[in-house]
Amino acid sequence: MANTNAQPALRIENLRKTYRGGIEALRGVSIEVARGEFFALLGPNGAGKTTLIGIVASLVNKSAGSIHVFGKNADEDPAGVRSQIGLVPQEVNFNLWERVIDIIVNQAGYYGIPRREALERSERYLHQLDLWKYRNTNARALSGGFKRRLMVARALVHNPPLLILDEPTAGVDIELRRSMWVFLQQLNAEGVTIILTTHYLEEAESLCRKIAIIQHGRISEQGDMHELLESLRMETFVLDLARPLSETPPLEDFALRRIDDATLELDMCRGQNINDAFAQLSAAGVQVRSLRNKSNRLEEIFMRLVEEERNASRTHAS
Amino acid sequence: MHLERTRANWVGFSTIVVKEIRRILRIWVQTVVPPVIQMTLYFLIFGSVIGSRVGKMNGYDYMTYIAPGLIMMSVITNSYTNVVSSFFGAKFSRYVEELMISPLANASILLGYMAGGMFRGLLVGAIVTLVAALFTNLPIAHPWVIVTTALLTSAMFSVGGFLNALFAKKFDDVTIIPTFVLTPLVYLGGVFYSIALLPPIWQHVTRVDPLLYMIDTLRYGFLGVSDIALTEAYAIMVGFLVLLFALALWLLRRGTGLKS
Ligand SMILES: Nc1ncnc2c1ncn2[C@@H]1O[C@H](COP(=O)(O)OP(=O)(O)O)[C@@H](O)[C@H]1O
Ligand SMILES: [Mg+2]
Repeated sequence: MANTNAQPALRIENLRKTYRGGIEALRGVSIEVARGEFFALLGPNGAGKTTLIGIVASLVNKSAGSIHVFGKNADEDPAGVRSQIGLVPQEVNFNLWERVIDIIVNQAGYYGIPRREALERSERYLHQLDLWKYRNTNARALSGGFKRRLMVARALVHNPPLLILDEPTAGVDIELRRSMWVFLQQLNAEGVTIILTTHYLEEAESLCRKIAIIQHGRISEQGDMHELLESLRMETFVLDLARPLSETPPLEDFALRRIDDATLELDMCRGQNINDAFAQLSAAGVQVRSLRNKSNRLEEIFMRLVEEERNASRTHAS
Repeated sequence: MHLERTRANWVGFSTIVVKEIRRILRIWVQTVVPPVIQMTLYFLIFGSVIGSRVGKMNGYDYMTYIAPGLIMMSVITNSYTNVVSSFFGAKFSRYVEELMISPLANASILLGYMAGGMFRGLLVGAIVTLVAALFTNLPIAHPWVIVTTALLTSAMFSVGGFLNALFAKKFDDVTIIPTFVLTPLVYLGGVFYSIALLPPIWQHVTRVDPLLYMIDTLRYGFLGVSDIALTEAYAIMVGFLVLLFALALWLLRRGTGLKS
């Protein structure tokens, strides 16, 4: 028997999705999210985030690949997998004509929680999310931010160890966004594994320890948030040499790579001085003929995301 | 583990049933009143006004003869309409996703919606029976035949409404089948006449209409007279129910109409 405690909260292997009509939304995505992690799936619109989450939450049929949630295979034990996941979807998907309390209690019922217990739990989450005063209100009367909170409360009613949120703060005002962040951090501290998708850089950066960047249905980067941001702050220069070189000259404090006889690559972190590097190179007898900035792949990704974010907030403001 | 799942599925099933029943009763002006008014008009026009000129049918007053057919018509259309509109609404406004993400078994979902449809079909059927009793002296020859036929029929057409909702893409699709398939089959199923009155060739054609068997069985339950064999009728009702139920479960499993 596999020790389920050692199993990651979510393991996705080589997930593919081709929609009818031929759109390839996912082209072989593999992700692993450890227990207790706060994980961001960052990517521009149309990258495949909602598709990926839809497959994990059994709202979308996959074309290929496998999914394990806390060690349970989604194909073999769908009910077991579903009972471990709480989902906050991107778009409102509750019955607008139902009362807030009924929406939550009914969802609990679908998870097999009897009414009395469901009422107790609803009360707790409605208080925590400031929804208690609206419990008897029809859901359609709630503002956008409170609709989102209602979906969070609904997603938590069965106490899932894994909470997945699809763009939880898109289109929500700043104040509400902040309070949502605090709430999610609290949940995470209590041991709930959280995965959120976002195209707000700031959100991913301030909340998440681990990140995957998805573009055109592929994961382009995956790893530790800090390391990723570090590498973002780093600049790489390509040095053309006047004379061929057979080995990499040793440089203190700088990362230097020999690409071929006449080319070196130099990584510079923020705060470092390029003069220091040239002084050391001269001392080693290396003559640099020209220097150019190597385009940073990550930086390009982030620039695009920032651009999108700006556009989005502009449309929201107008 | 197994017991736990069964219990959870029971809780989920009853959650759907309670929700559906509350919905039907909350909007009773839309769900219960119109069919009752419609049937009362049928009794007035076909029973009192025209019926008095028709004379006896199979030895009964015309009004008495058509009453079981009208009751059956109410059961059928209300069971069907309830499930198709409720489940399509859930699909259209996407709150069906609340069910899809939950561990609730497909059979519980299907049975839950069926129970809702059966509740409305049988409720309206019961009220129409009471209305009929105001207009005519309706005998009750075989109560168990009445109960089982009503249950089987409402179950069958609830599944029918569920299937319709699965395939429907827009609100128009919700009314196409009731208008173009269900209503003709009900009318041709001998609500207003005994098929013995038809020329032999049309009697044969009518026999492929499954609704004929249900209407006729219910008539047998009330009046004790029938155009067709009882065992045949039950076999057809049970057979259709099992077939449609299995089909709906299979489609749910595949996610047809629900998952892209
Ligand atoms: N139901 C669908 N049918 C066909 N194509 C879809 C469907 N849903 C999404 N897509 C397409 O799949 C791609 C990924 O979409 P989505 O997963 O929603 O991206 P994201 O959530 O990152 O914005 C897009 O090209 C989108 O147009
Ligand atoms: Mg999306």
